[in-house]
Amino acid sequence: MKPLALLVPDALTATAVPVQAENSWVKAFESLEVFGVPVGIFAIPAIPLVFIALYALYVGVYGERKVSAFMQDRIGPNETGKWGLLQTIADILKLIQKEDIVPIAADKPLFVLGPLIIFVGAFAAYAVLPFSSEFIGADLNVGVFYAVSIVSVEAVGILMCGWGSNNKWSLFGAVRSVAQVVSYEIPASIAILVGVMMAGSLSMQKIVMSQSGELGILHYAVFQSPVAWIAMIIYFIAALAECNRAPFDIPEAESELVSGYFTEYGGMKFAMIFLAEYASMFMTSVILSVLFLGGWNSPLPNIGGVALNDWTSGPVWGAFWIILKGFFFVIVMMWVRWTFPRFRVDQLMYLCWKVLTPIALLIFVFAAVWELYVR
Amino acid sequence: MAETLEYSPKTRLSQTGSNQYIVEKDLDTEYMTLNMGPQHPATHGVLRVELITDGEVVMKATPHMGYLHRCFEKHAEALDYQKVIPYTDRMDYLSAMNTEHAFVMAVEKLLNIEVPRRVEFMRVIVAELQRIASHQVAIATYGLDIGAFTPFLHIMRDREHILTLLEWLCGARMLYNYIWVGGVSHNFPPKFKQRVAEFVKYYKPKVDEMMALLTENELFIERTRGIGILPADVAINYGCSGPMLRGSGVKWDLRKNDPYSIYPELEFDVVVPDGKLSIIGDSLSRHLVRCYEIYESLKIIQQCIDKMPEDPNFDPHAAVPKRIKPPAGEVYARDENPRGEVGFYVIADGKGTKPFRCKARAACFVNLSVLPELAKGNLISDVVAILGSIDIVLGEVDR
Repeated sequence: MKPLALLVPDALTATAVPVQAENSWVKAFESLEVFGVPVGIFAIPAIPLVFIALYALYVGVYGERKVSAFMQDRIGPNETGKWGLLQTIADILKLIQKEDIVPIAADKPLFVLGPLIIFVGAFAAYAVLPFSSEFIGADLNVGVFYAVSIVSVEAVGILMCGWGSNNKWSLFGAVRSVAQVVSYEIPASIAILVGVMMAGSLSMQKIVMSQSGELGILHYAVFQSPVAWIAMIIYFIAALAECNRAPFDIPEAESELVSGYFTEYGGMKFAMIFLAEYASMFMTSVILSVLFLGGWNSPLPNIGGVALNDWTSGPVWGAFWIILKGFFFVIVMMWVRWTFPRFRVDQLMYLCWKVLTPIALLIFVFAAVWELYVR
Repeated sequence: MAETLEYSPKTRLSQTGSNQYIVEKDLDTEYMTLNMGPQHPATHGVLRVELITDGEVVMKATPHMGYLHRCFEKHAEALDYQKVIPYTDRMDYLSAMNTEHAFVMAVEKLLNIEVPRRVEFMRVIVAELQRIASHQVAIATYGLDIGAFTPFLHIMRDREHILTLLEWLCGARMLYNYIWVGGVSHNFPPKFKQRVAEFVKYYKPKVDEMMALLTENELFIERTRGIGILPADVAINYGCSGPMLRGSGVKWDLRKNDPYSIYPELEFDVVVPDGKLSIIGDSLSRHLVRCYEIYESLKIIQQCIDKMPEDPNFDPHAAVPKRIKPPAGEVYARDENPRGEVGFYVIADGKGTKPFRCKARAACFVNLSVLPELAKGNLISDVVAILGSIDIVLGEVDR
């Protein structure tokens, strides 16, 4: 099987040298010990956690407010700190100070555990996100599979929140949400399978490495097969639905269900649910970039002596590229959210089962044939 | 107390259209009573709708109102005629000018006074500006109900221009007390007419933009098309008026059918849906009627500006009576509010300066009464879409 038979002449591809990921940073962390205490093992999960906190603070909340303000002809936060940069910190401080209210009729264990499970579900997937050629929490050989399945835990947390709140609106929101998340996992998984087939591996690092090359963006999976871009769009739509983002935000539909499953939540519990939403937005964006847009590979090509690709490759550059790609899709999600009205429940299910799933299946078969006989 | 529905598989079968299998195998679900409001983001105020639902399907919707009842009619009996006008502002606070106009017309009929021609033009200009502002809120909040947040703020940005104009005119942004018996409170400031003309010129392309952003959005159409169809005969039987009635294809507009003020001299169309984009009578039709009425109002304002008589020494208080003491009699005056027909039935006993009785016919109150009819058998999300398309202002519903 020749790579890039469609798009690139053979002479160029022959010189392509894949970057070997060694996960050396992770290994360094693993062996890090202070007075015999394996600090490094705890540092590895702490890094994505700190990243999520910073990202949710600045790209998530602040970014969303500024993006929406820009789209709506407003200014957005501009009072607290320079350009309103401290606004989110002020909000977080307010949320921390809030009284931790549990409704008297609520099922307390479920009510308290729900947000935790939602957050853990979103956060656990960060273990397999390749932040760089040298850094990935756990380079599992079934990384993609793990990411897809651990995210489903969120549905349990949402149901716990909705049921535990003992509020009819919350229950409606939870039931809608679970139905939606479970349904949209099917087109999402099939779209992911297309990417996995093209790379020939379920390991995140291997998928990324299969898209390395001197020509940068032309090696990306999305350009390797005539149907890959459809799979990418299907995955993006399904990811919107799985993150409960507009136009699929019917579980929290503020004008219908008040706030859906987190109507009764306030303070830090609310912040956790909020954080989980932004965490899963970035997570799905990164999975999308890994599968179809080359992960931490530089998009710039080597043009003759101007070795742009070589100059912009490496562990630190890798982190830069993947975070950039992730943020790009997060911004696109915000753009979509502030543009479109909301679906209705039945329209949402129609889109999933009668449009996206059949198309995804067709693409799946086509991509399989393409991989076997053409590439 | 929660209302109950008779629980039997047969009625459920006919109501939900669920298939025979579900009934035979006893896979029935139970009804759930869901309280929508008075604190709910989509009820446009303090309306409480009691929904009896089967899953997401609404079996029965009962609006409960009165949370904003402020005894308008009783207050009116204790106040001089002039002092009632600010109270009428507070009924439909989004179209205060139009409501004032209706009440003032009733009192003028009682007194039998002639209003200067220029005053009539001024009244129509502010009333039509107010109609645009009111429709803007209706359209914007309707988008909000459907889940589109951005059009809301774009429309509010443009509404600000109207509010600024009216503030410049009489000092208030919402509750004006501008139209007085026999006149208006203030003359147009210098250059006011030019500013209004500028606004008309500025706003026309913005309406197109708003239509492209919201009304022509595929998702928006999917959500509103064919939802809550109100047939013309039902609309007439319930006494609906305004965009509710016109949305059902009935060409009824008091500005044409029972002309008042200077409307007979002006050229404009009564908007009814053509049934191309929407199914006649559905939520989308009502929304479209509001959108196109903005164009008609802009047309009317432009004509008024062109035709309005100029008078440098004009006194807007010239025909205002010093003391309003109408002879005994009763009168009903009505006008076309943005939300439909608003009428005031005023009885004067001939002895004092206060009305003996003042009854207000509120458009929203009548329009809202159709809700149970429309909501039945729809999803909860559709109830929001239907309620938004009725466009109620609770201040007027409860008075």
